[in-house]
Amino acid sequence: MPTFNRYKHFVIYGVFVPLIEKRIQNPVQIERALTRISHEILERNGGVANLVLVGMHSRGVPLAHRISSAIERFEGVKVPVGKLDIGMYRDDISEKGSPVMKPTDIPSDINDKTVVIIDDVLYTGRSIRAAMDAISDFGRPSQMQLGVLVDRGHRELPIRADYVGKNVPTSREEDVQVRLQEIDGEDAIVITSNSDNTGDVI
Amino acid sequence: MSKSILIKSGRVIDPSSDIDEITDLLIVDGKIAKVGLLDLENPPSEVYNAEGMIVTPGFIDIHCHLREPGEEYKETIETGTKSAAAGGFTTVCAMPNTNPPIDTRSIVDFVKNKALTEGVVRVLPIGCVTKKSHGRELSEMSELADAGVIGFSDDGKPVSDANIMRQALAYSASLGLPIINHCEVPELADGASMNEGWVATRLGLKGMPNTAEEAMVARDISLSELTGGRIHLAHISTAGTLDMVRDAKERGINVTCEVTPHHLTLTDEAVLSIGDGNTSFDALTPHAYNTTAKVNPPLRNITDMSVMARGIKDGTIDFIATDHAPHSSVDKVCTFQEAAFGISVLETALGSVLSLYHNSKLDLTTIIKKLTSDPAEFLGSNLGTLKVGRPADVTVFDLDEDWKVDTSLFLSKGKNTPLDGATLTGKVKATFYSGENVYRSK
Amino acid sequence: MTLETTARQTFSQQNILDLDSFTSQDITYVLDNTLAMEQVLDREIRKVPALRGKTVVTLFYESSTRTRVSFEQAAKILSADVINVTSGGSSSKKGESLYNTALTIQAMQADIIIVRHPHSGAPHFLARQLEAKVINAGDGTHAHPTQSLLDLYTIRKNIGTIEGKKIVIVGDILYSRVARSNLWGLTKMGARVVICGPQTLIPNDFLNGHRTEEGHPFAGVEVQTDLDAALKDADVIMTLRLQLERQKAGHLPSLREYSQTYGLNARRLAMAKDGALVMHPGPMNEGVEIETDIAHGTQSVIEEQVKSGVAVRMSLLYSMAASQNLEI
Repeated sequence: MPTFNRYKHFVIYGVFVPLIEKRIQNPVQIERALTRISHEILERNGGVANLVLVGMHSRGVPLAHRISSAIERFEGVKVPVGKLDIGMYRDDISEKGSPVMKPTDIPSDINDKTVVIIDDVLYTGRSIRAAMDAISDFGRPSQMQLGVLVDRGHRELPIRADYVGKNVPTSREEDVQVRLQEIDGEDAIVITSNSDNTGDVI
Repeated sequence: MSKSILIKSGRVIDPSSDIDEITDLLIVDGKIAKVGLLDLENPPSEVYNAEGMIVTPGFIDIHCHLREPGEEYKETIETGTKSAAAGGFTTVCAMPNTNPPIDTRSIVDFVKNKALTEGVVRVLPIGCVTKKSHGRELSEMSELADAGVIGFSDDGKPVSDANIMRQALAYSASLGLPIINHCEVPELADGASMNEGWVATRLGLKGMPNTAEEAMVARDISLSELTGGRIHLAHISTAGTLDMVRDAKERGINVTCEVTPHHLTLTDEAVLSIGDGNTSFDALTPHAYNTTAKVNPPLRNITDMSVMARGIKDGTIDFIATDHAPHSSVDKVCTFQEAAFGISVLETALGSVLSLYHNSKLDLTTIIKKLTSDPAEFLGSNLGTLKVGRPADVTVFDLDEDWKVDTSLFLSKGKNTPLDGATLTGKVKATFYSGENVYRSK
Repeated sequence: MTLETTARQTFSQQNILDLDSFTSQDITYVLDNTLAMEQVLDREIRKVPALRGKTVVTLFYESSTRTRVSFEQAAKILSADVINVTSGGSSSKKGESLYNTALTIQAMQADIIIVRHPHSGAPHFLARQLEAKVINAGDGTHAHPTQSLLDLYTIRKNIGTIEGKKIVIVGDILYSRVARSNLWGLTKMGARVVICGPQTLIPNDFLNGHRTEEGHPFAGVEVQTDLDAALKDADVIMTLRLQLERQKAGHLPSLREYSQTYGLNARRLAMAKDGALVMHPGPMNEGVEIETDIAHGTQSVIEEQVKSGVAVRMSLLYSMAASQNLEI
């Protein structure tokens, strides 16, 4: 049962906007979901042979590392992990602005490998489209698969995740944030929504 | 049947006769007939209600470029004089750097005839100092004087050769006419397109140092002292020049000088076109390199600009002249280096210089004097006054009217002014030349 | 809208006319993204779709194969369509031709125009006339912002940070667009800048008694005419190309004397900090402003400057595309 547990505020163009935050998963639940995904990856691919995980910046990278560690615990084999920044492959760079790009590091050879793309939230599917294009520039994997911690719906492209931690129905006005220890100092999945028409001009 | 015009109830200011009062002005047959309240028993054929307006003698511009003959795409005597009328000027002196230049009697006659047939105000030609303004041999100054020039100038460029300048001053002394020099040492201004200083440095443009002007001013003053000839320094722009002129006048040397409205009111920062609240230290915008602010001598820095008003106040500067230099867009819609020097001034001159009145830098009578009786004195003419019997050249303006400069409405062909879009306070309402109403604002 | 996306807008420039309009964040943004661009250059498939469907025009009125090719390569790797327009016309050609060329380019529906012109302010002129975004690839004696960005990148890559470092720019400050852009770039990044050259080649308003007005952007720039003194504790020495016509114009008695007084040689280099970087925007007059041994020595990063040119220009093009203001 979701609980309202925190209020945050910020200011857009001088309008005071109260933010309502809703926590939907705690650290234990996140870890459980990742463990399940790790098992599913092994099951689907019949082991670790030829597997490569590619985490998408920013939060897909630590998630990929965690999955790799989990697999190592079960199988005793370390699956290589790559990092991918899709900035240059996005189809909307001129609309949204762009953060500074982070280093892309794809393990040397992905030809004929099974590449599992890892991201935190699956939304429109556009980032995944960009990621597939980017990975294709590094080689020709035999398969690409997709694992995400959260699938929040609202797809704009025919893309589907192979491994999903949790399906979270959302409205477009809401925002889903995955917070991870490695980046944010805590593990949590949080839905935020700005309550419309309650803003005061300050 | 005599024609009369009554300019009624204006504030008549005529520095030549110390008049400053609200009264009427009667023009009969192109001459000033009376200044004073009139009985209405003989109503004139035409009445101009000047209530709330200033009524002064028509302005005289000793320095403008009418471009005809040769560069009619920039300006003609017709458009130039219409522009003058719109600016309140009833007499303009045309610089001879036309093509062909005004260096023979036939060209003087051409200009005078054109002015009579197509011009709407009085045009007084200036002749070349040297043949074709090449700076090598004196033009036939005596014949030019006979043809009616009011002085000699190679304006656009200086008389660079010091010996030629010496001869010119000596030769013209007996004619009683001045040599008008554009003071600029060419070697110091070579390749330069604006004032030397911070603005030029940050724009990466070669600048003209003040010295380029001052070195030649010093030379000319000294040559005038040597020869006794009349030297008139065109469009002075630096504080150093002003000091030298003041000193020379105190020593009794036969030197006069003029200043333009733009050197009185603008600085080299006009080239940056900086927006409100920004300074020359802020980032440039695409509006920088404003070619309409490219003029020679260049707009100087704030120190030089500020002392010009003082030079007028203390009499060092003899009068205000426009250096109206119209250009076509071809000459200005280009890079700054390629752009021609010059500003179209006639229609903004009054509004510009009145800012000095509105800013309490100069009093109104002084400004009017520098546009009327002082240039008239320089010409040795009977113009620039509202004395009875003199030609009825009269300008009526609203001292306080705000108006936005819109070059598309200019009567001049030259739309080249950095003031486009600016708001000026003070607007010419009507201009009468020899009793004819040659301009009336809508 | 989330907190994260509000923080995303990190590049604010529409046109790249000079670094005077850049914030230090803008500069940092371009330099940071340059790293990612260098990675692209190391790949087997050197192509990313960032500028797919955009048209980039290079318009060069001065011959500079190196700079033009560097821009062209950068734009092509980012998948832009590139049209090269070169003009054999001399600088004396009337400006209307630049205006008319601009109109032609407008008709091509160019998104970005990269212009080099012998006249200062030509890029500003084009930016006024055109809807396309303009990148200044060197204008007259005014600015060369992309050269400065790659200089900044090279410094940062080699010594980590620019802030607080002593950078000595030696030579023809008066006519150098590279020096001018670097003055903006380096001071914005907090470097201690010293300019050094004969007084005939330093703008008069940089000499003593000037730059005292409050807020002067170059108030902290030091001026030296003695190179030995200037080099003390220098972290970076930027030598400038000496245009050989300066001698004819009377700025210098002879190249020989210039080389003796302002040429960078081993003895002088020893006065700077150990391992100080030696830079030059090229092309060099070896033996005039810099001795061959130094130009190709261990402390020289001159080749690196050239190499990082493509990545820096890719980053700049990408940053413009990523800027929210760029409606392309």
